[in-house]
Amino acid sequence: MSAHGMGASPLQVKNLGRRKAVNRFMELLAWLAAAIAVAILGVVIYSVAKRGASELNLNLLTKAPIPFSLTDAPQGLANAFVGTLVVVGLATLMALPVGILVAIYLNEFAPASIRNGITMVLDVLNGVPAIVIGIFVYGLLVVGHGQSGWAGAFALACLMLPLVSRSTMEILALVPNSLREASLGLGVPQWRTTLSIILPQTIGGILTGTVLAVARVAGETAPLLLVCSLVGPQINWNPQHALQTIPVAIFELSESPDPADHARAWAAALVLLLFILFTSLGARWLANRSRRKIAAR
Amino acid sequence: MSTTIEPTVRVETRRTPMPPRERLESIFEVEGLDAIYGSKPAVKGVEMKVYKNLVTAIIGPSGCGKSTYIRCFNRMNDLIPGFRQEGTIRYHGQDICGSNVDPVAVRRMIGMVFQRPNPFPKSIHDNVSWGMKVLGIKDDVNERVERALTQAALWDEVKDRLKASALSLSGGQQQRLCIARAIAVEPDVVLMDEPASALDPIATKAIEELMHNLKDQYTFVIVTHNMQQAARVADMTAFFSISQGGEGQRYGELIEYDATEKIFTAPSDSRTEDYVTGRFG
Amino acid sequence: MASAELTADARRRPFSGRRLRFGDVVLQVVAGAAAFGVTILVLLIVWKVIEGARPAIEKYGLSFIFRVAWNPVVGRELYGAGSFLFGTAITSIFALILATPLALGIALFLTELAPGAIRAPVTALVETLAAIPSVVIGLWGILVLAPVLRSTIEPWLHTAFGFIPLFGAPGTTGASIFTAIIVLTIMILPIVSSICRELFLGIPHDLKEGALALGTTRWEMVRGVVFPYARGGIAAALILGWGRAIGEAIAVTQVIGGGVYVGWNLFSGGDTLASKIAASYQGASTNLQAASLIYLGLILLVFSLIANILAQWIVRRSARKHGITRGGHA
Repeated sequence: MSAHGMGASPLQVKNLGRRKAVNRFMELLAWLAAAIAVAILGVVIYSVAKRGASELNLNLLTKAPIPFSLTDAPQGLANAFVGTLVVVGLATLMALPVGILVAIYLNEFAPASIRNGITMVLDVLNGVPAIVIGIFVYGLLVVGHGQSGWAGAFALACLMLPLVSRSTMEILALVPNSLREASLGLGVPQWRTTLSIILPQTIGGILTGTVLAVARVAGETAPLLLVCSLVGPQINWNPQHALQTIPVAIFELSESPDPADHARAWAAALVLLLFILFTSLGARWLANRSRRKIAAR
Repeated sequence: MSTTIEPTVRVETRRTPMPPRERLESIFEVEGLDAIYGSKPAVKGVEMKVYKNLVTAIIGPSGCGKSTYIRCFNRMNDLIPGFRQEGTIRYHGQDICGSNVDPVAVRRMIGMVFQRPNPFPKSIHDNVSWGMKVLGIKDDVNERVERALTQAALWDEVKDRLKASALSLSGGQQQRLCIARAIAVEPDVVLMDEPASALDPIATKAIEELMHNLKDQYTFVIVTHNMQQAARVADMTAFFSISQGGEGQRYGELIEYDATEKIFTAPSDSRTEDYVTGRFG
Repeated sequence: MASAELTADARRRPFSGRRLRFGDVVLQVVAGAAAFGVTILVLLIVWKVIEGARPAIEKYGLSFIFRVAWNPVVGRELYGAGSFLFGTAITSIFALILATPLALGIALFLTELAPGAIRAPVTALVETLAAIPSVVIGLWGILVLAPVLRSTIEPWLHTAFGFIPLFGAPGTTGASIFTAIIVLTIMILPIVSSICRELFLGIPHDLKEGALALGTTRWEMVRGVVFPYARGGIAAALILGWGRAIGEAIAVTQVIGGGVYVGWNLFSGGDTLASKIAASYQGASTNLQAASLIYLGLILLVFSLIANILAQWIVRRSARKHGITRGGHA
């Protein structure tokens, strides 16, 4: 009892035309969706590149801003670049060791229940909106003391921590157990095994995870707005004061009515975007390479 | 070579003997089929006629391209990137390998049961009815589901729990469910790629019974690495083996294709003889 | 995780002569402290936010949540989250409505349709969209998107579909709830699509083959097998996307126009919980205003936590379900 009719072609399938049309329509929609995503990306990057490139010059990086300037004296956003360097650098110094230690604890020591629990906590921390982290750090470090680069760094460190931990955990999990067994079997104590044998294997992965985390927070504005934004135009390296940062500078310039400010905002955005793109792509490429190296051992 | 040999398997007398060759109707004609992955051929130069309402078995050592070969019949190899095919397979006279032929239409007529049971994450009833509904069979759904499950020898075991998840069945039951799913859409041919290799002997027997009972409605082509199974169920048997090519590449080749009894008791080719007597493979 | 079991096991059954080394204790304590420190940190965050909001909580209690008001004039101060809750709801929900089909389409494209050569580049491009900082999207939003919307799209929508209250009279600057919705859609699109893409990649190949072998088209297979299988994960992806949308402060505040607005006109200005905080951070003149802003943050935090925990629960549940895909022995 077969369904095909005894027509000219043995492959007569009823409704096939309509079904194929629906299928083709859906395929078209999927192509369209992908095209839209690529187009959006293209438009945004093109806008930033076109408008930023014209204002992009060395002054941007080396000269401080001159607020309310009525002359053509060269000005730039040097204070923001310096501030970002300091704040993000300090944040990395805070987040990196803690993140690695957390990952070591969860992967090497913790029983399954604690590991699941703290992983969940890390995911929760990751999901806290950046502006709420800003409120938290404001209440913790700014109230009574005033804004500071330290507060900004701490806020960014809170954002980086889950990212560093998670990527370190992933890379630790890739290190084969045979390595641990071999070392423990020789009588090497566990702390030595972890620090001297396991960890060096993972340096590459940790590095890329950190770079990705840095790329992520380099553009983070919200918490800095609340804890590290009342700044003057001078170039300042001291984290005890609030320091200007690139994302906050972009934010403030974008809200200004002055087109010259807009131009500088585009230029800063271009630099920021280039930094993030290069580090993200580079880190991902490094991550794939290190992952393959470890897994192949 | 007309002397009979002692095969390692006992060939049971066909319960329904095969009609004489003149009255067999061919449903597939394979001509010069090469199946190639990238640059490596899996099978080369296959010439074969598959006959309607028979069970045809494809046997041979592992790596001889049996699975690849059977997947050519329903264009499943199209899903694998880098796959290429030369030669033709004619189904009722129409070449189904051409790029102008829609694989969706081919698969409608030529169904497949896979090596590992792969029921959908749906209820038992929906597993069988989903295909029907999508393909446009909208009337008497429940009756058709019952009929398919009965033909697959699964109805009695599941009739009280049709809404239960298909994943709650045992492996043998899941495989029979997959068979029911395949025959529910009323194909012309059912291809089976080692359907019982993941199952225990009892489940295997059920599936073999099923093939025997449904032979008059469908044509079965079964790939099996189990010679005993081929001897039990198949009317025609095709023996594939691995040959060495000119540049040292290995590929599968059809060595001999004949009535099962002949393959197992009086094969023409020494390679067939070696295989069925257990001298290799 | 085999390694943790291995070492935990080794500790439970030390063979004779194996002492617990000082170094082991130190490492475990320090690392453990870090891990539990993370928990303390999260609790501290919740506590500090509640503490910061306390003056407003004490003054207004729960009535704050739905009150539509924001009057910082000294002597007649009155604050409420109602309009910002509305703004958060309307922007995030519409962004989700726009982003979901796009994200699913992209994920399906990348897993089912894309020819090998463009699969990797397009995947990388979509991930790159996720890497663009919100302030840059906001900058683009104010200076490029908003003018275009103001001059062409919004008037057209108003004339063509003005009978729908959503498309009321357009504003003057292009900064509006509508612009914020577009910006949010752009921001949550990569997250939702990359989670869905990984989901679809994880669907067992033989399940898809089983469907196609019946003679179904690719779309029928997707609708019948891929979507039901990935149902839980898609839901989690949507919730995570929504959580991201409600938490976005910077890009939204740059383009949304500001104001206390509860109404249907998408072209009006307004504010969300997050954008209000970002907008008013420096202007908070009184303790009550600051506390009220933090109260907004508290409400935002509660919703974020709910979304996050809900998504995690769904992921855990569907992981368990798919852990028993095969029925086992015959």
